[in-house]
Amino acid sequence: MQGKAAPSPDIPVVMVGRVGRRRAIAHMNLAAAKAGLRLGQAVAHATAMVPGLVLHDLDAAGDDAALQRLALWAQRLYSPTVAPDPPDGLVIDATGCTHLFGGEEKMLVNIRQRLAKAGYTATLAIADSWGGAHALARYSRRSVFVVPPGALGVQLRDLPVAALRLPPDLVQALAKPGFDTIGELEATATGPLAHRFGLEPIRRLDQAFAREREPIEPVFAPETPRAAKIFAEPIGAPETMARYLTELTVELCATLEALNLGAKSIDAWFYRVDNRIESARIGLSTPARDARRLAKLLCEKLEMVDPGFGVDKMVLAAPGAEPLAYRQDEARLGGDKPAVADLAGLIDTLAARLGPDSVYRLASAESDIPERSVRKAPAIERPVAYSWPVDWPRPTRFFPRPEPIETVALLPDQPPAFFTWRGSRRRVRRADGPERVFGEWWRADAELARSRDYFQVEDEGGQRYWIYRDGDGEDAATGSQRWFMAGVFG
Amino acid sequence: MSAALHPAALDALRRKVRALETQDRVTRAVLPFGVPPLDARLPGGGLALGALHEVAGGAEEALYGATAARFAAGILARAQGEVLWCRRQADLFAPSLAQAGLPPSRVIFADAGDEAGVLAAMEEGLRWPGLAGVIGEVGKLSMTASRRLQLAAEKSGQIAIAVRRWRRIADAADLGQPTASETRWRVSTLPSSPLPPSVPGVGRPRWFLELLRCKAGDAFDIELEACDAKGHLRLPAPLAYRPAGADAGQGRAVA
Repeated sequence: MQGKAAPSPDIPVVMVGRVGRRRAIAHMNLAAAKAGLRLGQAVAHATAMVPGLVLHDLDAAGDDAALQRLALWAQRLYSPTVAPDPPDGLVIDATGCTHLFGGEEKMLVNIRQRLAKAGYTATLAIADSWGGAHALARYSRRSVFVVPPGALGVQLRDLPVAALRLPPDLVQALAKPGFDTIGELEATATGPLAHRFGLEPIRRLDQAFAREREPIEPVFAPETPRAAKIFAEPIGAPETMARYLTELTVELCATLEALNLGAKSIDAWFYRVDNRIESARIGLSTPARDARRLAKLLCEKLEMVDPGFGVDKMVLAAPGAEPLAYRQDEARLGGDKPAVADLAGLIDTLAARLGPDSVYRLASAESDIPERSVRKAPAIERPVAYSWPVDWPRPTRFFPRPEPIETVALLPDQPPAFFTWRGSRRRVRRADGPERVFGEWWRADAELARSRDYFQVEDEGGQRYWIYRDGDGEDAATGSQRWFMAGVFG
Repeated sequence: MSAALHPAALDALRRKVRALETQDRVTRAVLPFGVPPLDARLPGGGLALGALHEVAGGAEEALYGATAARFAAGILARAQGEVLWCRRQADLFAPSLAQAGLPPSRVIFADAGDEAGVLAAMEEGLRWPGLAGVIGEVGKLSMTASRRLQLAAEKSGQIAIAVRRWRRIADAADLGQPTASETRWRVSTLPSSPLPPSVPGVGRPRWFLELLRCKAGDAFDIELEACDAKGHLRLPAPLAYRPAGADAGQGRAVA
């Protein structure tokens, strides 16, 4: 990976570390690798081989800190459970998170693009196990690799043994009898293998092939308020989980109160006895530390948490907590409702249940074209001004995809006398219009000449419709001159 | 029977039952429509607060639910506070709601994946103090679901409105099934108010409003002009050229 201040990728760069008393190459970029250098090579040898080689001293502690910061960044954006995978990687537990980005591949592409913007070149893989994803991200030669569930074994077979996260001397020892790929190692009986090389290769194999669980211990920013509880006996009953979750929430809220902070989101981790970590996350529209309300939101998430054989540790954390000062309730002498009710709690409850994008307001956008005149706004905002027309009636139901209709008009620029929509023919008794809407040339050149004429028409039963003609009725450049149903009035 | 001979005793009994029925309610207030012939026939002189009301469209409107939605919007436009609108299909047009008296600052939308989700979101909203009311667009409304909504509304004093809307017109027969709602309305379109012959255009829309069911009240129907930008309904003027009331024209006198 490269930071923003990194030199051009064409210049060979190596990071110099120490191996024993020798100064040796610890990391290098692609240009250096192409020049024939290899990791662990003595620096004196390398500078002799490649003229103009740029040397930097390795700052292991600085690298770790940077990786930690990157993990916290990924935690905020992608999943509650993120851990650094030193020296050069991150591991993200993406279980239940990928749908937020529209699928696994889209999530990986999203991560890659964001990292690229920050100046990092990343390769990513998603697989059933940490070990598998680790190996494929580093050795598959693909920048984004999605392994469908269950297909991991085939993909790992041809990778080198070094992909298994084994110490370098063990990789060399395995190479001596001819173990080059993971497939060869996997095909060997475990007994003799353990006898000769110890349990480490077998453990790593099991982890890579998802036969052994490997928990991802999430990172915490040191300043993140958190609360944890360890249980002497594992718990699993839903009501017990809810009780302790509530207790922990109260504890977390007390911490938040002492710091004068309010949580914007809360992550909960449930450490299972079988070495798995389940997680849940709630988001809040405004900073809050009302323990009762937060506990209720968290307990609703409990049904998504599978405690398995039991949970022996629970951790709650409030990343990104914001200042929240005390506020005095308005005095209500008359016993009336407050003028503006506090709906943040309701919004959070609904958002936790229906999804954060499903609770919103509709505000006006600056456009005369009806389908562009509405935008979603956060539910917690109260947009006061709007730019929608007051005099031109708008239909109660608006069809997102206008439906083509067949029309009979007496004159080209008049509203139709009859139209056929959804298989039935309707006679227009009264009509109002046109309301001409012009294309927005600043969006696309194709819209420069376009226009639409909207009409309000009423049929014999009094049902009123909003129909439009694509074009001005004369000039073919303004549109197709076909008619569409845009909506129904109430 | 002896009870029939003692109307006073019957009245006392009715009052007792009514007190028992309404003891959990936070409010017995009503929201009048401001149309005397309509209010006079509703118990209490208006639409009960803290109760569930059902609104459906007639004929093709059972599919679109446009009149029903506008009628519901008109009711809550006249109430104080914000409105939670729960729905499955996102085809409600916000500019039209603003024209019906519900600007963006007063409506929160909640999109649920299925009808059970809509009902759950409605109930959650009804339990929350401070909203003017909750509107939910549902097709099926079982006795149990409506009872839950009714109880939640009674406790908070909000207006709950179920806009009934179906995928097929044949399903609209579902409106005859019993529910726990306080009132059940059907709104159908009528030809709009006539304009003078030389004036082109469409007049103010008219509705045929039927009260199909009303607890402690009788069913009736009435022809009305649809709600305006503040949510007010109006009686149609008997003649096209004459304004309906003093508000429409300026009085002038010549002595």
